[in-house]
Amino acid sequence: MKLVIIAGPPSAGKTSLTKQIVKRFRDEITIAFLKIDVVKAFEDIELRKEFGILTKKIYSGDLCPDHAGVMVLGDAVDWAEKSSADLLIVESAGLCLRCSPYLNQGLGIIVLSSISGIHAPEKMGAMVSLADIAIITKIDLVSQAEREVFIQKIREVHTKIILMETNALQGNSLNRLYNLIQNSPDINKDNLVLKGNPPLGTCTICVGKKEIGWKHHFGVIQKLDGQIAEYLYRGE
Amino acid sequence: MIEEITILPGLDKTGCKENFTYITLKAGETISIVGPTGSGKTALITDIELLAQGDTSTRRRVIINGEIPADEIRYNPAMKPIVMITQNTKCFADLTIEEFLHIHARARKIPDEKVILETIELANNFTGEKIKKDTKVTVLSGGQTRSLLIADAILIGAAPIILLDEIENAGIFKQEVVSLIQNAGKMVVFVTHDPVIALLTKTRIIMENGAVKNVLYQNEPEIRAAQNLLELDKKIGNVREELRAGKAITFDFLAVNFA
Ligand SMILES: Nc1ncnc2c1ncn2[C@@H]1O[C@H](COP(=O)(O)OP(=O)(O)OP(=O)(O)O)[C@@H](O)[C@H]1O
Ligand SMILES: Nc1nc2c(ncn2[C@@H]2O[C@H](COP(=O)(O)OP(=O)(O)O)[C@@H](O)[C@H]2O)c(=O)[nH]1
Ligand SMILES: [Mg+2]
Ligand SMILES: [Mg+2]
Ligand SMILES: [Zn+2]
Repeated sequence: MKLVIIAGPPSAGKTSLTKQIVKRFRDEITIAFLKIDVVKAFEDIELRKEFGILTKKIYSGDLCPDHAGVMVLGDAVDWAEKSSADLLIVESAGLCLRCSPYLNQGLGIIVLSSISGIHAPEKMGAMVSLADIAIITKIDLVSQAEREVFIQKIREVHTKIILMETNALQGNSLNRLYNLIQNSPDINKDNLVLKGNPPLGTCTICVGKKEIGWKHHFGVIQKLDGQIAEYLYRGE
Repeated sequence: MIEEITILPGLDKTGCKENFTYITLKAGETISIVGPTGSGKTALITDIELLAQGDTSTRRRVIINGEIPADEIRYNPAMKPIVMITQNTKCFADLTIEEFLHIHARARKIPDEKVILETIELANNFTGEKIKKDTKVTVLSGGQTRSLLIADAILIGAAPIILLDEIENAGIFKQEVVSLIQNAGKMVVFVTHDPVIALLTKTRIIMENGAVKNVLYQNEPEIRAAQNLLELDKKIGNVREELRAGKAITFDFLAVNFA
């Protein structure tokens, strides 16, 4: 199974991009989708309705959504594999700018909108710097010159990132992304580790344990299949 | 070097294949794209700008010199042989004009520092109210923004292919833009509703329902019609400038301009 993790600030176009990826691949392979958000998300219902793919969501409540992601991703990978998915797409909430949800395997994609302000990429730290691919959306709303200024800014801060621009509503010029997804190797779920160092905090992830899945952690979050309002385990 | 670009047919808005085998545009040619609102003019030049490879909503493909362009040409501004002036009249970057042009010059790998001030100077030829280098791009008016972007496209983009989306709507000095571009020896593609611009171009692409409906070539009577319209257009332009400057139209003015 292949894994794609999509991060980026709210309204950057993560879901719109996800839809384009699903449209491109759904006739060829089985796709599973997980949405991680803080308090409210509709993406799972939307994508299930529109494309009939497998979807799930989880709310992180009080916790950083990227931290919650670390805990439930092990479950999510199991769930997707059990459902014979060939591709698991995870859309993060993208709110915590200190963290980044990308793993040592699969593809990490940061979605940035070209109208989000020229300094946004610098401010977002690990969410941009640890991504493999940056997708710039909403290029239909700005001039070519401004698009190129935006790209140049990102390139100067993150020299190695693969950059692509699109109108995510139409999925313009995404062939290169589709090729990268197609050619990305299947993940090995016993060796999934966060790319970045999470910040100091009060749970096992916060103190630096980076292994994926429940057996390595204790204390904070309940499992993926718990009651909706009960995901957060608030301690004894 | 760009010798030609070739557009291969895609699908119209209803999903039917477009009715041409290919359209080839050559270096130095001027082309206009005309058609009703919503007919797909902007979509067509966007395909050219993105060097579409069946991965846009029209499914068209664009070939350079008979070859599929490499990824590097598609995705790296410094390699891109195409500049485009879109219908947008707003910048969102929190930068001064000077900073904006500096970063863009770096993106296009133009080492010459002089180009920044030259670009601002050129922009000021196109627009009524002058712009200054330390003004934020976000506060420019629609016309000022387009003037700046056109100057930027000519001097910093400096590409052999230039695509212009309805420049006549920008409230800038159209004649100067047109003559400047026509003398530059570039391939120039105008999306336009303006009969003067349409008649002045060698090739005319007619759009309908998201597809190319026809391709026409400039003929003798059209060249003459264009000359007449151009005269008329200059007169209208003179009146416009009088009015903009707060003057009233006098008999003297009429005698000079409409004799
Ligand atoms: N071949 C096509 N297939 C699908 N959608 C298309 C096609 N051509 C154009 N469209 C869509 O139709 C809409 C209108 O097209 P476009 O903006 O290019 O019109 P236009 O001719 O530039 O209009 P205007 O004169 O108002 O600027 C856009 O959303 C565009 O993406
Ligand atoms: N014009 C334009 N709008 C876009 C584009 N991408 C996303 N949007 C719009 O931006 C809003 C937020 O997009 P969404 O995909 O939900 O962002 P998310 O919060 O990152 O998942 C929606 O209204 C989209 O329709 C784009 O490329 N162009
Ligand atoms: Mg979303
Ligand atoms: Mg248009
Ligand atoms: Zn965090």
